[in-house]
Amino acid sequence: MAETTSTAARVQGIVKRFGTTEALSGVDLEVAEGSVVGLLGPNGAGKTTLVRVLATLLRPDEGRAEVFGLDVIRDAGAVRELIGLTGQFAAVDELLSGRENLRMFGRLFRLSRRGAAVRADELLERFDLATAADRQVKTYSGGMRRRLDLASSLITRPRILFLDEPTTGLDPRSRNEIWSVVRELVGEGMTLLLTTQYLEEADQLADRIAVIDHGRVIAEGTGDELKDRVGASMVEVRLEEPDELGRAREALRGLSCEEHQEAEQPGQIVLATSGDDGVGMVAAAARALDSAGIAVRDLSLRRPSLDDVFLELTGSATADGAEAADTSDAGRSAAGDGGEAPEREPAEAGR
Amino acid sequence: MSTQAGVVAPPASLARRFVKAVEDCLIVTGRNLRHFVRQPQLLIFSTIQPIMFVLLFAFVFGGAIGSSLPPGVEYVDFLLPGIFIQAAAFRSTQTAVGLAEDLDRGVIDRFRAMPIARPAVLIGRTAADLLRNVFVTLLMTAVGYIIGFRFRTGVLDAAAAICVVLAFGFALSWIFTYVGLRVRGAEAAQSAGFVAIFPLVFASSVFVPVSTMPAGLEQFASVSPVTVSVDAARALSIGGEVAEPLLQSMAWVLAILLIFVPLCVRRYRRMG
Ligand SMILES: Nc1ncnc2c1ncn2[C@@H]1O[C@H](COP(=O)(O)OP(=O)(O)OP(=O)(O)O)[C@@H](O)[C@H]1O
Ligand SMILES: [Mg+2]
Repeated sequence: MAETTSTAARVQGIVKRFGTTEALSGVDLEVAEGSVVGLLGPNGAGKTTLVRVLATLLRPDEGRAEVFGLDVIRDAGAVRELIGLTGQFAAVDELLSGRENLRMFGRLFRLSRRGAAVRADELLERFDLATAADRQVKTYSGGMRRRLDLASSLITRPRILFLDEPTTGLDPRSRNEIWSVVRELVGEGMTLLLTTQYLEEADQLADRIAVIDHGRVIAEGTGDELKDRVGASMVEVRLEEPDELGRAREALRGLSCEEHQEAEQPGQIVLATSGDDGVGMVAAAARALDSAGIAVRDLSLRRPSLDDVFLELTGSATADGAEAADTSDAGRSAAGDGGEAPEREPAEAGR
Repeated sequence: MSTQAGVVAPPASLARRFVKAVEDCLIVTGRNLRHFVRQPQLLIFSTIQPIMFVLLFAFVFGGAIGSSLPPGVEYVDFLLPGIFIQAAAFRSTQTAVGLAEDLDRGVIDRFRAMPIARPAVLIGRTAADLLRNVFVTLLMTAVGYIIGFRFRTGVLDAAAAICVVLAFGFALSWIFTYVGLRVRGAEAAQSAGFVAIFPLVFASSVFVPVSTMPAGLEQFASVSPVTVSVDAARALSIGGEVAEPLLQSMAWVLAILLIFVPLCVRRYRRMG
């Protein structure tokens, strides 16, 4: 079969150890030029480590990683000409203003003094930072910092952009802003490798999703393919009386959906439906429970979360599954999700 | 992006690459100098602290130490060149702190993922610290003049004395660049620096002539880079035997640079 697209990034059997922890245990991954690959995984899965290997910041212990056919170790210099990196924590200078940051990076990218100034202005405008351009970055909000960080990665148009958890810790509005910028970049044909903890985000932005856990890619496919393995939507039932669980199961048995193996809370049943008619399923469940005379506290419909996919793929919940489940649909339901503050980890990897 | 800054071609010739490397160093140096200006309190404290030393020592110990000084030498004249070196030594630990902070904050990650000359981050750091030393040393000289210090030699000798201080500080900066690359976190860098610098500074001719020390300590103190640099700067400021301490001091500076510059560059390349 003839190859129609070329490969932007290729990772083969990458292993990376930090002392006794194996952060990556043989990862294989391919990113086609012009595509968006979402790397989905929980805390500690190895997402950042993989991105850092591809961005020439970390040497793998085993395996090969290439960007546009260039080896990330041997041809590191040439690779750096082609990539843009927006790390998990904003890599901008806190004591400089936004404008000074962009000008400095522009100059380092060999733009002329004037060229760098013009480019900085464009990006400030584009990323809605113009009014804060001359303030020190340490006075910026989390969302502004993220935007500046992203702008800094786009000074010269990179051929592939690595985005490490671009929206973790952002409120829904900032998240939507980042999403729309990413969509624009994609529209211009930029190749993207994006990591996230949220299935919804990967689903919204990526053409293909690779699920990573414990340093291994455990599943790969389109968002729909992954969700089909769990069900298209989830119906969650909370009973007034946890004791009535058995009777409720009995009542729901007739519905054309299966119970998802998840019993986080007493008196809770989660049903996974494979069809499109989630609303119909809620109605049917309500009718069934009602006619059986079972009191229901809460009945809701939601999309599968990363946690559901994980459960399906590994048979065990993620380390902090509750958190992942909570936020997985944050992009859709704006209210009530304040967006937790990003945990600032001590010193980044690689020293 | 709506507008796309041109795709930049990699620089062609070796000469171009060199020019680009120099530019990168200048850009990073400029960025670090901006940091000093944005944190004026740091500059002020690093100037006030040595001046406090001068005042304390000159007025508190001046009388007691005066008798062990060469005849006709005022303690403040004896002391200030020593304090220049002492202050440069302590400030050099800031190189490690600044670098460790940068590494923690992630901005170095961006530099490292960009096509910039590899040693630019390190040279930019030490060059900015050198320029800060120029500023602080001149300021200290001015304050010294207010409290009675005078260069007893010519203008050229005085300038040479200050150059000795700067060269010494620059060499130490590279040692602490290495420390900054090795330890994790700014606080660790700070403590590591002080542990190394305190004994060196006090077991030296900064405050008292080494001939007043016990035999074993005197031996150590008389070859220490601090002592020879102090002696050179002092002789250039107030007169005395210049050639020997100056040569020894330059030998130390060269040796430190020859060892630590390559070590730092290698360490930086290998990071990760
Ligand atoms: N510099 C380091 N030293 C020691 N262990 C490290 C280092 N960097 C990463 N690790 C470990 O490697 C594993 C993978 O970490 P990594 O940061 O790649 O995960 P992640 O998927 O990015 O997680 P998160 O979602 O929390 O950002 C974790 O167990 C982590 O503790
Ligand atoms: Mg991470």
